[in-house]
Amino acid sequence: MNWLPIYKKELRSYFSSPIAYVLFFFFAAINGAWWFFWDFQRYLILSIQATQNPYYAEALNVNEMVIRNLFGNIALVLLFCLPLLTMRLFAEEKKNGTYELLFTLPIRDGETLMGKFLAVWTVLALMLALSAIYPGVMALLTNPEPWPILTGYLGMLLLGGAFIALGIFVSSLTENQIIAAFATYGLLLVLLSLGWTSGWVGITAAAVLKDLNIFLHLQEFLKGVLDTKDVVFYLLFTLFFLFLTLRSLESKRWRG
Amino acid sequence: MIEAENLTKFYGPTAAIQDVTFQVERGEIVGFLGPNGAGKTTTMKILTAFFPPTSGTARVAGYDVLHDSLQVRRRVGYLPENVPLYMDQTVSGYLCFIAEIRDIPRAQRKARVAEAMEECGLLEVQDRLIGKLSKGFRQRVGLAQALLHRPEVLILDEPTIGLDPKQIAEIRQLIRNLAGDRTVILSTHILPEVSMICGRAMIINKGRIVAADTPKNLTARLQKGFRIHLEVEGPDQEAILGALEGVEGVRCVQRERTLSPKAAAYLVESEDRRDIRSQLARTIVERGWGLLELRAQDMSLEEIFLELVTEEPKEDSAQESSPFV
Repeated sequence: MNWLPIYKKELRSYFSSPIAYVLFFFFAAINGAWWFFWDFQRYLILSIQATQNPYYAEALNVNEMVIRNLFGNIALVLLFCLPLLTMRLFAEEKKNGTYELLFTLPIRDGETLMGKFLAVWTVLALMLALSAIYPGVMALLTNPEPWPILTGYLGMLLLGGAFIALGIFVSSLTENQIIAAFATYGLLLVLLSLGWTSGWVGITAAAVLKDLNIFLHLQEFLKGVLDTKDVVFYLLFTLFFLFLTLRSLESKRWRG
Repeated sequence: MIEAENLTKFYGPTAAIQDVTFQVERGEIVGFLGPNGAGKTTTMKILTAFFPPTSGTARVAGYDVLHDSLQVRRRVGYLPENVPLYMDQTVSGYLCFIAEIRDIPRAQRKARVAEAMEECGLLEVQDRLIGKLSKGFRQRVGLAQALLHRPEVLILDEPTIGLDPKQIAEIRQLIRNLAGDRTVILSTHILPEVSMICGRAMIINKGRIVAADTPKNLTARLQKGFRIHLEVEGPDQEAILGALEGVEGVRCVQRERTLSPKAAAYLVESEDRRDIRSQLARTIVERGWGLLELRAQDMSLEEIFLELVTEEPKEDSAQESSPFV
């Protein structure tokens, strides 16, 4: 239970600086004003037309037309937001010299890591909670199915956890926060584009690459399908990078 | 309380410390002295279980720093050279955070934090952000952090760096007060600090301990000869110099400075620590010169330090077998 002080400290430090508020603002603004209401407005226009045209009425599905897009957009915004939250986690400690304090206090590396990971994850959960206002607005005006919304949020939490684990790992490699953020962006964009090359790498390789694509595993969640394969993928991805982080923390000290 | 045996630490191919062996008893205050890069901080980082040695073992309060590192960390208070502070926390917030990690029971936490703040003179700034504090206050916050859990062993890396003279005096007093049942290791550049605070000094150079003893003994034992400061008045300074060199038992004579057209100050060093003050006085008076001053001079810790750390490499082997190691 010794991760708790670290968790509280990290959480406090996000909210005592402008970073969390700025990210919350952009997260809400981009997802809401920009994409959600654009999609939702289109849906409403179509539904007015549908009152005259039964063909339209059949094609109308608020989950597919609005909610799935919303989650796709949230995932993309998370890709840009989360590295800004994770970049400081170890890089700042190293720069400040507090690294030395942290690793001479009676606390295991794993507890430190857990506190930090859970702190960012909590910020993520708060951000997602903020976005719940859009499905809420929708529920007032239309009748979306609740299940895909729930699995969608679960998918976001898992995807975000994977982003965070990768970001923490990169942060443990450098003492420069900017480098940590950009290296995380780079890796995430590579993971996003895996599988796009299916045209020229051969069928087997394409299938493997597609399976490694961090976004494609989201598809089933957004349809309301909870597939073990996808859940396990995100959990393993997260644990793998947390494990690498532990090794990296350890090696930093062996090598001095 | 602290036992280090043959500690060696390599950073890549370069050795930061080699074969460092020493013991510190409960209640001792030991000073690590040495130029930058000598290995003081490396030794401290091993003792605080920040990183393990490449080879050798160290035990703190009976626990091995490698195998029982959490036990060691619980019993050690550590102030690193770069004071580890979170700039966005308040002084009391920071100390509470440390107290929480240190597992100080919730009921005692507040009292303990207040106590540490009082000891280090931080009460007036307890609600200020650490980022807004001056260097001196930050240093004190770091010290309060190290004292918070009343550790058996305190390891302080340059505790008085960046403080003004008044604060330095306060911190030194504080460290002296802490001693007793607590063991303190501190490193410093400031040599008088060692003679003032420490019961024992270890001089480290190029990763090896070159001397370890009480500051007083170091001073006495490392003097190669007895040194005498002389001020003599006479018409011919060259003749005085020659006459002094002629006295039996004199190893060398230096003219330090000219005091007036007629008088000058000399530094005479005797062979084999012989006391030749009376012979010198007689020689001067017999020739009719004026003896203005004659005084035995102790070698200061600075000089010993410089002598030890600027030793020629060929003398290294002789150093190792010397009785001070």
